[in-house]
Amino acid sequence: MSHTPMLEVRGISAGYGSFRALFDVSLEVRAGEAVGVIGPNGAGKTTLMRVISKIISPSAGEVTMEGTPLGSVPPHRVVELGIAHVPEHRRLFPRLTVEENLRMGAFHPEARRRFRDRLDFVYDLFPRLRERRHQVAGTMSGGEQQMCAIGRALMSGPKLLLMDEPSAGLAPVIVQQVFALVRRIRAEGYTVLIVEQNIQQVLRVVDRAYLLEVGTIRHSGSAAELLASPEIRRAYLGL
Amino acid sequence: MFDTFLLEAIINGVLLGGVLALLALGLNLIFGVIDVVWICYAELVMIGMYTIYWLFVFYGLPLAVAIAAGIAVVAALGVLLHVLVIQPVLGSAPINQLLVTGGVLFFLQASATLAFGIEFRNLGLRMPVVEFGDMFISFARILAFATALVGVLVLWLFLTRTYLGTAIRAISQDREIMPLMGVDARRIYLITSAIGGGMAGVAASLLVLQYDVHPAFGLSFGPITFMVCVMGGLGNMLGGFLAAFVFAQFISVGGYFLHVEWGYVIAFVFFIAMMFVRPKGLFSR
Repeated sequence: MSHTPMLEVRGISAGYGSFRALFDVSLEVRAGEAVGVIGPNGAGKTTLMRVISKIISPSAGEVTMEGTPLGSVPPHRVVELGIAHVPEHRRLFPRLTVEENLRMGAFHPEARRRFRDRLDFVYDLFPRLRERRHQVAGTMSGGEQQMCAIGRALMSGPKLLLMDEPSAGLAPVIVQQVFALVRRIRAEGYTVLIVEQNIQQVLRVVDRAYLLEVGTIRHSGSAAELLASPEIRRAYLGL
Repeated sequence: MFDTFLLEAIINGVLLGGVLALLALGLNLIFGVIDVVWICYAELVMIGMYTIYWLFVFYGLPLAVAIAAGIAVVAALGVLLHVLVIQPVLGSAPINQLLVTGGVLFFLQASATLAFGIEFRNLGLRMPVVEFGDMFISFARILAFATALVGVLVLWLFLTRTYLGTAIRAISQDREIMPLMGVDARRIYLITSAIGGGMAGVAASLLVLQYDVHPAFGLSFGPITFMVCVMGGLGNMLGGFLAAFVFAQFISVGGYFLHVEWGYVIAFVFFIAMMFVRPKGLFSR
């Protein structure tokens, strides 16, 4: 594992209007790692993801991807640096087909050149998507839509995959499948930063995690340490 | 008894429907992507007609060149409209956006009066009439219908087969995540405005072969285009396409049974009644 992290988030504060959602948040993700950001609803997890992919701008602090500060990068070029974001609630284009959604993931010029290869790769990873390639995305089940959302992110050829609450709004059985998907993504060698409320589950697929509460990092450590921490067991796992 | 004149009216309705469909598609495209109605759409057509007229009659350019230039001018006008007028009000209330393009409508009309006067002008071309049994169909109308259909087909292929076209359809479904796809929404807006303007330019080239141009020309096609779009469901491209042919039949066949003006009266009464029954459009889902 290299010494300089792939993604470095340093001293980020951000919010919406006068509401501050994040206070001086710092974290890092090294190449090959799977890192979790856990915490309750409203802790600022989604805001953090949005700052990293520049959907919103932070009021202070800086995000660096492989040594490139994102401050001056236009939002639509962040994906070219190798950051792909699977947004909360999947956010597929509901009236486009599965394959058209995947094509949107490969919009930037570099990704277009490799569209065929990556499409085959995604279809091999999720054969269900190949079966449903001409189906309108909005008519698929939640689990299938999550596959499509992950597939769409992979079409850009990312190094780092940001996953925002991949289990949100899904039935318990499907949640199991989604975490199995996350394991497979990891096995393919992608670096993953995943945000989750489902703490027990996510700590089983990540190497390390940060605990975010009311916009501040309260704890960090290996997944095993956090699972064993009495505070987390009491507050979040109901043990 | 077989009624040749009724058949002629129906055919003329279909031919008119082609041009209306092209106009409705352009307006729907803009609305679907940018979420703003260009109330001044038919005035862009009017400017295109004047451009073609001017280049062809005054400067004596070949018709094909004048038409190409006319389309380019209106496409550029569409971009200009977006940058100067729409972009500043993108975050405003819809009624403000409507009023601002309404202002552009009267601005273009007044400017045309100032620049070209109120005379009716035409290219002075004599277009052949096609004889079909007992029927006489204007060649200009057939040409307009065929070109409009080709235009619709090209647009459809563009929207479904290219990255840019897919992005144009996607942006109307989820604006906020477009940057995550690597799409610069501002650029898509500009391209869409150019295409929407270009389609008005194509319509201008078809209409200038059939009608005289004058500064208020937009008023005879603007309201119809808008109503066709509403009838098909604003932003619903297929709905607008079909509604154009329904509306054109009302005008053409209604005009055949009563009087030309009655065709419009019947069409608008139908439109108003439809607003009570199916306010989201004939083909709403």
